[in-house]
Amino acid sequence: MLNIDNLTNTIDGKTILKGLSLTINAGEIHAIMGPNGAGKSTLAYTLGGRPGYDVTGGEALYDGVNLFTLEPHERAAAGLFLGFQYPVEIPGVSNLQFLRESLNSQKRARGEKELNGGEFIRLAKEKAALLGLDMDMLKRPVNVGFSGGEKKRAEMVQMGILDPKLAILDETDSGLDIDALKIVGAGINAIMRKPDKAVLLITHYQRLLDYVKPDFVHVLADGRIVKSGGPELALELEREGYAEVVAA
Amino acid sequence: MPVIALALPTRRQEDWRYSDLEAVASLWPLPAPIRIDVATGDTANHHLLQDAADGSAAVHDYVITVADDARCDFHLLNIGGKLGRVTFAVTLGARAHFGLHGAIIGGGDQTLEIITSVTHAQPDATSGQTVRSVLGSRATGSYLGSINVARDAQRTDAFQSIKAMLLDRTATANAKPELEIYADDVKCAHGATVGELDKAALFYMASRGMDPATAKTLLLRSFVAGVFDDMPDEALREQFEAAAIAKLESLV
Repeated sequence: MLNIDNLTNTIDGKTILKGLSLTINAGEIHAIMGPNGAGKSTLAYTLGGRPGYDVTGGEALYDGVNLFTLEPHERAAAGLFLGFQYPVEIPGVSNLQFLRESLNSQKRARGEKELNGGEFIRLAKEKAALLGLDMDMLKRPVNVGFSGGEKKRAEMVQMGILDPKLAILDETDSGLDIDALKIVGAGINAIMRKPDKAVLLITHYQRLLDYVKPDFVHVLADGRIVKSGGPELALELEREGYAEVVAA
Repeated sequence: MPVIALALPTRRQEDWRYSDLEAVASLWPLPAPIRIDVATGDTANHHLLQDAADGSAAVHDYVITVADDARCDFHLLNIGGKLGRVTFAVTLGARAHFGLHGAIIGGGDQTLEIITSVTHAQPDATSGQTVRSVLGSRATGSYLGSINVARDAQRTDAFQSIKAMLLDRTATANAKPELEIYADDVKCAHGATVGELDKAALFYMASRGMDPATAKTLLLRSFVAGVFDDMPDEALREQFEAAAIAKLESLV
């Protein structure tokens, strides 16, 4: 589904990713772990197409299409979802309005029929219930006044409604208490654990992986994948620290 | 009857500093101002949708007196013409209120202006002015507003909230709130900001699938929204909102 080959990029002229390669197939969940400053969030933003994250070499093929030839909104319409570490607040725009415009923009781009108001509300209710988020929250402006945990839950409701093929989740577990972590983990499984979908989880900690079991775990350090393994690698990292595992 | 030859304004006059004087000349001499007198204790709602044809000039001058215990609310959408200029000279009696709820949305080479002079002549009057401007291309949007508080006008409570959004580097917003206060127990608040669309929000919206025009329009609608929320006539409100949205969509 996603083939990243020897990807390099710069932000403000500074090289962050230094030849990163990674293959993700349909039906797989991958976790990327790594120390601060390794380039984890940079990878997520680069794949999402954030302005200022300039690709300087290598490529990323998504279902055979060069991802970097697509605008960010075209990547979303093609089924890519980027979960933000710090979801953006948009005063004056309600979550429902935001999501309906987003979903219908994607549907237009794919030549599908748009949802009318009633159909959309039914879908939003179903996905909000899945994540234990009150519908009243969705009537409020996007992320404004939401706690850290509420923002992450709202992100997962967005993911449920947009129903992507590939989700890149950047520290979705940060700011979550244990109960919220369970709910968000169960939400990721319910929405994305399917044979035709895939997930790239970016995280600092093992604890999310107790709820969302990865098929592969990678260690990102200094802009490249330096080690890959199964779920046991996450436990090893948790036990021994990045420095030990990277050096070994 | 001798014709009184009024001289054309010049840029040296503060109220005309940012105007399109060529367009003004095409209308000269200007007709007499429209008078609105709100009688003691009355409540009045007025509105103007200034949507003059492309390339034309429109100047609307209002002289408004709000008598004791009366209130006047004015909703204004200023979007049409090469020059669209709307001015208000307001005088408030005791315990009177004046509210201006205005939006300027301009593109191309448009010059759109709101000029106000609100005089608190008596005690305990209130006034509130909210103006939101969205300007693209080479458009100029100006708000020049003075609040004058007379010596006797104790416990005056006035605010001006002026915000402008620039869509292009070539667009211009002028915001000039002015206070002239002769009483000592007075509350006058004014704020003016000029900004551009939040890039982080635009990327967030794009990452969810919104194309740039949809995302920008949604952000701009939320910026202007609220100005017409309290229009009592629902059909009018919908007309103003639809005109504002259509104009915004033409800019992005």
